[in-house]
Amino acid sequence: MKKNKGLGMPGSAQDHGRVPGRIRRAPENFLSAEDIAAVASGRRDVLRRGFMAALGLGAASAATVARADDPDIVDPVPWSTTLGLPVAATPYGMPSRYERNLVRRQSPGLTQVGAASVAFTPLQGSFGIVTPSGLHFERHHQGWTDIDPRRHRFMVNGSRPGMVARPMVFTMDDLMRLPSVSRMHFLECGANTGMEWGNVAVPTVQYTHGMISCSEFTGVELRLLLEMCGADLSRGRFVLAEGADGSSMTRTIPMDLVMSGEVLVAWGQNGEMLRPENGYPLRLVVPGVQGVSWVKWLRRVELGDQPWGAKDESIHYVDLMPDGQHRQYTSIQEVKSVITTPSGGQALVGKGFHAISGLAWSGRGAVQRVDVSVDGGRNWRPATLQQPVMSKCLARFVFPWTWNGERAILQSRAVDDTGHVQPTYRQLREVRGTRSIYHNNAIQSWLVEPGGEVSNVQTA
Amino acid sequence: MSRPPERAPRARLLAACAVLAATLVAASAIATDRFPGIGRPATEREVAAWDIDVRPDFLGLPKGSGTVEQGMEVWEAKCASCHGTFGESNQVFTPLVGGTTAADIASGNVANLRRVDYPQRTTMMKAPYVATLFDYIRRAMPWNEPKSLSDDEVYAVLAYMLNLAEVVPDDFRLGDANMAEVQARMPNRNGMTTAHAMWPGREFPSAAARPDTANAPCMSDCAAAVEVASALPDYARPAHGNLASQHRRIGPVRGIVTGDDDPDATDDPSPPAMKRAKDAGCMACHGIANKVVGPSYADVARRYRGVADALDLLAGRVRNGAEGVWGALAMPAQEDVSDADARLIVEWILAGAPER
Repeated sequence: MKKNKGLGMPGSAQDHGRVPGRIRRAPENFLSAEDIAAVASGRRDVLRRGFMAALGLGAASAATVARADDPDIVDPVPWSTTLGLPVAATPYGMPSRYERNLVRRQSPGLTQVGAASVAFTPLQGSFGIVTPSGLHFERHHQGWTDIDPRRHRFMVNGSRPGMVARPMVFTMDDLMRLPSVSRMHFLECGANTGMEWGNVAVPTVQYTHGMISCSEFTGVELRLLLEMCGADLSRGRFVLAEGADGSSMTRTIPMDLVMSGEVLVAWGQNGEMLRPENGYPLRLVVPGVQGVSWVKWLRRVELGDQPWGAKDESIHYVDLMPDGQHRQYTSIQEVKSVITTPSGGQALVGKGFHAISGLAWSGRGAVQRVDVSVDGGRNWRPATLQQPVMSKCLARFVFPWTWNGERAILQSRAVDDTGHVQPTYRQLREVRGTRSIYHNNAIQSWLVEPGGEVSNVQTA
Repeated sequence: MSRPPERAPRARLLAACAVLAATLVAASAIATDRFPGIGRPATEREVAAWDIDVRPDFLGLPKGSGTVEQGMEVWEAKCASCHGTFGESNQVFTPLVGGTTAADIASGNVANLRRVDYPQRTTMMKAPYVATLFDYIRRAMPWNEPKSLSDDEVYAVLAYMLNLAEVVPDDFRLGDANMAEVQARMPNRNGMTTAHAMWPGREFPSAAARPDTANAPCMSDCAAAVEVASALPDYARPAHGNLASQHRRIGPVRGIVTGDDDPDATDDPSPPAMKRAKDAGCMACHGIANKVVGPSYADVARRYRGVADALDLLAGRVRNGAEGVWGALAMPAQEDVSDADARLIVEWILAGAPER
């Protein structure tokens, strides 16, 4: 017998009762002879029996075994028969201990140095469109740092005399006194899905698509700060953004976006300050543009008349094309979608109804439509978009599906409000080959096997 | 009573200028006036301290120079431990040097970039601008001591790297005066294009008007036959750990079992010493099994196996730092780690740094 887990109150020594909703391992070689015998003998394990019935496996079906009472109903359970914990027991609330599987993770072998690496968001467990701040993916170029906000400064200057009439310095006090806006946007790394350009390389949606997150950001429009400094907005055609961390990372920011008012100098994320891993106390928000341009720990912007060709826009974050040329200053994250449930590395708990659910987004605007196919792209039907659908923000789609237990290939295909349709792998590779690393927005396929196991595949 | 003196024409002109100047100041101060009391002018020294960027056209390049020979000394002390003696190392980062030829230097296009079978792209195969290398080394290198090199040292170490790539000769002195000459020899200087539609602006004349893919939203009978062309091979199943432990244990799906840890565990199984090593930042430079900036814990355990006072010795090195034990790069003192924690961590390392 497996040892049962306790109620799970921090510090509690109680160890009686069961984990609520416990279900046996996924249907992948998990039915040992003893398991089948145990079920057949009618041992009290309602959930397992229900699962067996749902999958239609083995000799034991619901019909052959008498239905027993659920001990979690008929027997006292500790959470109903004990005193709970007081308020502020955890002053900053944490997820349930039963949720500890859903965390940011690295992809083994992707990088060798943790300070120049990626930790992926667990999209496989996500609901809606908001990414909890603690699950926002991480990408650092030279480690993260936790800056004393009282000592953080933000500077605006020009690359030549006169480009900015009054170079200025702002404290966090200064910035947070200015009129702020709060907007929801997705933030996707340009290398998201980058491991899959040539072939399937990783098992789950956390690793295929987990370099995307979506948050509400609060800050002041960069345009306003440039105007306060007397910026020459006719001569200045590019803005350099620079971080205060060890790498002092720099990126060239498109002036049109700055002037549209979309680019923010932000301190807020999901109603609290930015997390240190995400740039505390200040970062740039560049909606629709790849994450590397959302410079974290932002300390300076410079107005200039030429792009800067920084390390991360001339050696990295350049897209290799089949002719040996690299595309430079590729910035927009084009229309893309992915089904998160069910997705690779999962097994469906049973036949019957499932709500296929996923995420769609476009760096050019709002998602207009998502279609879903369950036969590998032969036939498509429109999914329902959950409201609200916002510009340069994740959209959640749902699609009702009754799984009959047969092989299926699930795909989603997004269309944005410019009419751009998410491409197939074939279409993408015809233009860009397989070595680009960046900006892979191809339609994702998940193969559902008759046993219920789902895996990452690419179709011909 | 006397008449007021008539104003001289010159004085009138000055007065007019003053009025005009006041108007200009008022006009340019409009945005500031909207938010009085917020922000202050930056001083020249402040701007100089932070504005260290160097553009491809060399705007911002500081005066100075350094030789290949001087660069070699800097390299061996501060760069080789990560990048290898010849910039070729693949152990910590992707290689800096290799894959370029004299023909590339002549053409400005790296031929190996066209080869699908070429295994890896080095920095020198990609870098179009020598200015970018200068800018990046100056702002971000060495890895654990960014911005510690003098401008002359940056020129020197860049000269050494360019020499490894055979862009400059052994007796070369690189400086602000001849960066443009070196730019004309960068192997991939003609290797970049902005002929795409992914820049959200109008700054690049060669930009494409439309995205480069045009899928049609077909709804029925779209593909003749659907074949699986790529899937994960069986041997790769455990490569990302136990997927069952990476999924919620309720809901419509479970993670499949690809490992032997308990997906229902509710506590972090990593030992306290490992948590402490992570919190203290030790594992930014040390891997459990792989060399990062410093030696791996496996290598440390191997070297000190059977050494009687290893615990005292290494706990002392954690707290006080050490130099020259595992190469030229120094281990910085970790003053924030208490003696008790240092001993806890070292005991764990010497026990083979078990992850559970």
